[in-house]
Amino acid sequence: MTRQSLWQFIVEQQEKLLTQVVQHLGLTFLSLFLAIIVGVPLGILIARKRKLSSSVLGVAGILQTIPSIALLGFMIPAFGIGAAPAIVALLIYALLPIIRNTYTGITEVNSTVIESAKAMGMNKSQLLFKVELPLAMPVIIAGIRTAAVINVGVATLASFVAAGGLGEFIFGGISLNNTNMILAGAIPAALLAVVLDQSIAVLQKSGYKLLQKLKYIVPAILLILGIAYVLTSASGNKIKAGFTPEFMGRQDGDLGLRSVYGLNVNPKVVNDAVMYKAAYEGELDLISGYSTDGRIKAFDLYVLNDDKKIFPPYFAAPIIKTKTLEKFPELEETLNVLAGKFNDSIMTDLNYKSDYLHQTPEKIAKDFLMKNNLYKNPRNGNSGTIKIGSKIFGEQYILTEMYKMLIEGNTNYKVETKTGLGGTKICFDALMNDAIDFYPEYTGTGLLVLLKPSQETIKTVSQNAGKTYNYVNSEFKKQYGIQWLKPLGFNNSYALMMRKKQAKELSIKSISDLKSYLDTN
Amino acid sequence: MITVESVSKNFNGKPAVDNISFQADDKEILVLLGTSGCGKTTTLKMINRLIDADSGDILIDGKNIRDQKIEELRTGIGFVMQHSGLFPHYTIKQNIAVVPELLKWNKKKTESRTEELLHKLHLSEDVLSRFPSELSGGQQQRVGIARALIANSPILLMDEPFGALDNITKADIHSEFKSLEELKNKTIILVTHDVQEAFELGHRICLMDKGKIIQTGTPKEMLYHPENDFVEDFFAENRLLLGYKVATLKDINDFNSENLFDEFNFTENTSVWNALQKLSSDHKNTAHYENLIRAFNDYRKLQIV
Repeated sequence: MTRQSLWQFIVEQQEKLLTQVVQHLGLTFLSLFLAIIVGVPLGILIARKRKLSSSVLGVAGILQTIPSIALLGFMIPAFGIGAAPAIVALLIYALLPIIRNTYTGITEVNSTVIESAKAMGMNKSQLLFKVELPLAMPVIIAGIRTAAVINVGVATLASFVAAGGLGEFIFGGISLNNTNMILAGAIPAALLAVVLDQSIAVLQKSGYKLLQKLKYIVPAILLILGIAYVLTSASGNKIKAGFTPEFMGRQDGDLGLRSVYGLNVNPKVVNDAVMYKAAYEGELDLISGYSTDGRIKAFDLYVLNDDKKIFPPYFAAPIIKTKTLEKFPELEETLNVLAGKFNDSIMTDLNYKSDYLHQTPEKIAKDFLMKNNLYKNPRNGNSGTIKIGSKIFGEQYILTEMYKMLIEGNTNYKVETKTGLGGTKICFDALMNDAIDFYPEYTGTGLLVLLKPSQETIKTVSQNAGKTYNYVNSEFKKQYGIQWLKPLGFNNSYALMMRKKQAKELSIKSISDLKSYLDTN
Repeated sequence: MITVESVSKNFNGKPAVDNISFQADDKEILVLLGTSGCGKTTTLKMINRLIDADSGDILIDGKNIRDQKIEELRTGIGFVMQHSGLFPHYTIKQNIAVVPELLKWNKKKTESRTEELLHKLHLSEDVLSRFPSELSGGQQQRVGIARALIANSPILLMDEPFGALDNITKADIHSEFKSLEELKNKTIILVTHDVQEAFELGHRICLMDKGKIIQTGTPKEMLYHPENDFVEDFFAENRLLLGYKVATLKDINDFNSENLFDEFNFTENTSVWNALQKLSSDHKNTAHYENLIRAFNDYRKLQIV
């Protein structure tokens, strides 16, 4: 595949990019608008009743410290997925600077001026609107400016809950190892932040007079952008589909569904962490997922049969640099202890324990090793440290723990784990740069995301699991000096899934069934 | 007429104003004089309810201030403060028009009244479009006075109105202030710690200390008939100067054979101090000057007895 320049990518994807920019601005402005409506009165209130100030500012401060992805997670039970949870989460992040600056701005208005306003006979509301707010305005606008910049940044995460925005490109790019895609999302996002910051700065300097003139125009702009957002993200499908950003851009994903099955479901982009729950709760009907995911069991989902074989095999195996194996001679043997010890249902079950029963990865790993008579007490050896990486989902955490226990029990090496490394690209770059020594990777991912060979090669090598494994192993050795150790035995491939009940009602068993259901109605 | 009856105010349990009573008559300038912390500003602010009294009553023309809407009470009272208290985000024009706007005057009326006041307060019209920060301290203070006068309220409260000005500017404004027609039929209560200012502007002076009124009287009474040592000591430092300032040419007429009124444009009410100032500026007038001093000394001897 020839390398595409960033510009070519942008030109090719301009329509999508434009939509994402509009969505991004829509999310930012709509939430900012709401945050102003909530935050400024709150700030005024606590400036009036100072006793409330510490508790209100405290609560807003605590909300600010919640990690954004966690906050989005909290929003789903209450607001479902889509724009609502994203806007509420953004609103919460924007609140603190707006409340605090309104409060500070008003309390710092010169007391002589306030006294003279009172002495001239102004009532409370005249005092507020004619004196306090205008004089506090530069400080309040500074707060809004901070909030706007924060919101442009956090809005990239809106794509986790299917609310769109530039996060679709950024996180899609990270998952797909596509630098152009990352930049096509990240550069406009950064530009938006800078432009927004500077234009509000102009407003701040020009002072209250200009603001008076703009007081009808600004809300109008905000509303128009909000409406534009709603329009761009509305879809009138009878099946609501949500796919991960990774799935969206892959041949063995949405692209394949379109080209091989002719299936276009107008999917929303949604984060893996919230997708299953959203499907369970009926927010989504069709999701992309992984065939060994414990949540399939937990949420009673049905995996559609891939009757035209667009999802290549995804057998998991640790990948590691050859020179690392030479440095730690006992390592290869130890890692291969797990080879062939799994199948799909074993892995699904382990994942179920993690995702649904909420057992810790340590406990699941230890129980499994004990059961298979593989567990040995750690030797607490001291001849070198091995760094294990993992992607950010349950299965990888469990495997990491197992490897850690095996290495510590069977060798004198020490282990350091670096879990939760975003997507494929981050893990692989970490491995290349020796930030980690190995991590469990999947043959399909190695083939399609990392090697990216021609369509034909893909077709030939992805026919069966053995061929895929052999191909990626030899290519990785050649290109990167990295080896694929023996496969663990389970196939965590991509899959399309629906709620079992709905699939039964519509009698959809395979992807072709889904296609004909959508075509007939 | 403003009547203050047994008014007290405590701050955090400490008395700031302690059961005071006084009265300011129509067309009178009453000065509340005292060192800082004596309760004079608190007393002033209780009159327009910037501070509410704990006990006692304040009546304006016989009407209790508590029985009126607070905003109406305040729009009816002009208020001038030490640091002009102008709105930094309003132009001078807007600043002067604050009260008319609250009273919903029409634009024409506000404009013509503004123009009139600018003229009377010796401000040029091009200050109107400027912001307070672009004006000198003296100009700001004049604008502050214009703002307090614009609605023609019969009462004017002034809290150290000239306190932030340098002595020369202060002297200028004092003389303008005294000659301002606008003020002649108002009841004015002026707070100051400046003894000379009190003597120069006040028809009567209320000397306060530790929240109580020590003595109320005309400048002459305060100077020549102090009721106790505190009052006497309070003016001790400025005694001679104040003596020259409170005495008018009319007072010493009986002791002076010369008639200086026409030659130097003096009136009966010109203070001895001002007359001496004028005479001392030219050597030709040395004889007049010495005569005047002699006359003043004769007059003074009689007062002290």
